[in-house]
Amino acid sequence: MPKRIMFTMGDIACAEGAISAGCRYFGGYPITPATEIAEWMARRMPEVGGAYVQYEDEIASITSVIGASWTGTKAMTATSGPGVSLMMEAVGLAVMTETPLVLVNIMRGGPSTGQPTRGQQGDVMQAKWGSHGDYQIIALTPASVQEMFDETIRAFNLSERYRVPVFLLADETVGHMRERLVIPDEKDIKLEYRKLPTVDPSEYLPFKPDDDLVPPMALLGTKYQFYATGLTHDERGYPSDKEEVQIELITRLNNKILKNADKIVEVEEFMLDDAEIAVIAYGTPSRSAKRAIKDVRQEGIRAGLLRLKTVWPFPERHVVDLATKVKQIIVAEQNLGQIYYMVKAAASPTPVHLMTKPAGMPQLPQEIVQMIREVHSS
Amino acid sequence: MSRYEVRIGGFGGQGIVTMAVVLGETLSLIDNKYVVQTQSYGPEARGGASKSEVVIGDEEIDYPKVQRPDVFIAMSRAAYLEYVDGMREGGILIVDEDLVQIEGSLPSSVRVYKIPATRIADMEVGNKQTTNVVMLGALAAITGIVSVEGLKQRIAERWPRFKELNLKALELGLEAGRRAVESSQT
Repeated sequence: MPKRIMFTMGDIACAEGAISAGCRYFGGYPITPATEIAEWMARRMPEVGGAYVQYEDEIASITSVIGASWTGTKAMTATSGPGVSLMMEAVGLAVMTETPLVLVNIMRGGPSTGQPTRGQQGDVMQAKWGSHGDYQIIALTPASVQEMFDETIRAFNLSERYRVPVFLLADETVGHMRERLVIPDEKDIKLEYRKLPTVDPSEYLPFKPDDDLVPPMALLGTKYQFYATGLTHDERGYPSDKEEVQIELITRLNNKILKNADKIVEVEEFMLDDAEIAVIAYGTPSRSAKRAIKDVRQEGIRAGLLRLKTVWPFPERHVVDLATKVKQIIVAEQNLGQIYYMVKAAASPTPVHLMTKPAGMPQLPQEIVQMIREVHSS
Repeated sequence: MSRYEVRIGGFGGQGIVTMAVVLGETLSLIDNKYVVQTQSYGPEARGGASKSEVVIGDEEIDYPKVQRPDVFIAMSRAAYLEYVDGMREGGILIVDEDLVQIEGSLPSSVRVYKIPATRIADMEVGNKQTTNVVMLGALAAITGIVSVEGLKQRIAERWPRFKELNLKALELGLEAGRRAVESSQT
């Protein structure tokens, strides 16, 4: 497809990003504020030779995505908090079986049914810790309609490269706002695909990693035979209750993300060069923060923004570096404090102040201005 | 124009969101402005409170929501009462005069334009569903923030089956807007 320009909403940009990334399977169950993704995929999947299936619930949706991925098809689902809660068991299965998939969470007010049409950033820790066991996933936090497209492509590429579920964590405002979207010519989009085995089938060990800690992935229906299980398994894929097998496996599943964090994490630095006060934000509050920083700069306060485009793995190195350069850090998130605790641990002993807002509207620019002034005069 | 903010408030079903979307599409795709359009509405499909917003600029828009609107279009009494206090000094207030009475005290610098958009859509266009397009025409005539040719092009692209009907609604809205401007100057 040649380059296209649309004026469209974040949810639809996400669906178009998935299609451009090569996604050809969507299994889902509609839920506000992610319904437009399902609607758009229902219309577009048949046009591009893919399949859209609406299931009876979110549990069936994500397990179908796991199955589709094992056939070699890039696959995704999209939901909101209540749906993610139901999907969490299968997220653990995808982590354990090293299944590439993309899970979009358009975050609404919670807990439980909460406020369906209002936004929040309450699911940041859920994405990391919502399934049981020690594990790592990747979570990206777009802040604009264009980023809903670009970061969905990045989510697919990362999930393929590291064989891991990747969350696209967008607050409702980003999902439902409309802006200009530029869809590049398809030849200008860089796509990645999982490593396939090249050894003779008789020598194939389905969970033996390469040096990057990621094992090549055989596909269902090919000449390779393998067994994929949620039980702890050795390199052959056979279940094991041995201590060393458990330690080796879960250490590798964590390290393949943590040791590659520098290749995964992306941040935007805004007016940080001479900053004494840094705001850390992601999603819609980062846009309030940008406005606020421009405003306080007019008053002579040297403030800047570290915008997190990746929250998991946590951008620890960036925050540690920042803490050595600035005097104070403000974390503004649309919840009662989640990434704040990660920042506080990484930034210590630099003081970290929390600005909470557990409701539909992000912090207003003038509220962040006020907070920066207070921190500046303290 | 560094930043220009439009807020539209009314009931679910009046086309409040569609109106902002068509405005945003025209400004972004045809007039080549930076635009962000957002909305807020309740869980109901019809009848609940509905609000939509468009922020326009010559550079990238940071904060995507309206802070103090340059223009507020009130299509219901509830929306008027909720948002009228947020008006900017020198701002423009457009009301559907059959649905919204001016209540309370407005800053003296606020300019008020009364457009019977629902009546025009019902009686003159012959379809109440075009109320939002009538109001869009009035907005264009009163503020000049969006090109009329752009709106015509966008309406024709967007609703090929209902092109004539909506172009008529737009034209009647433009006329009503021009009349409202003239009468405010006399």
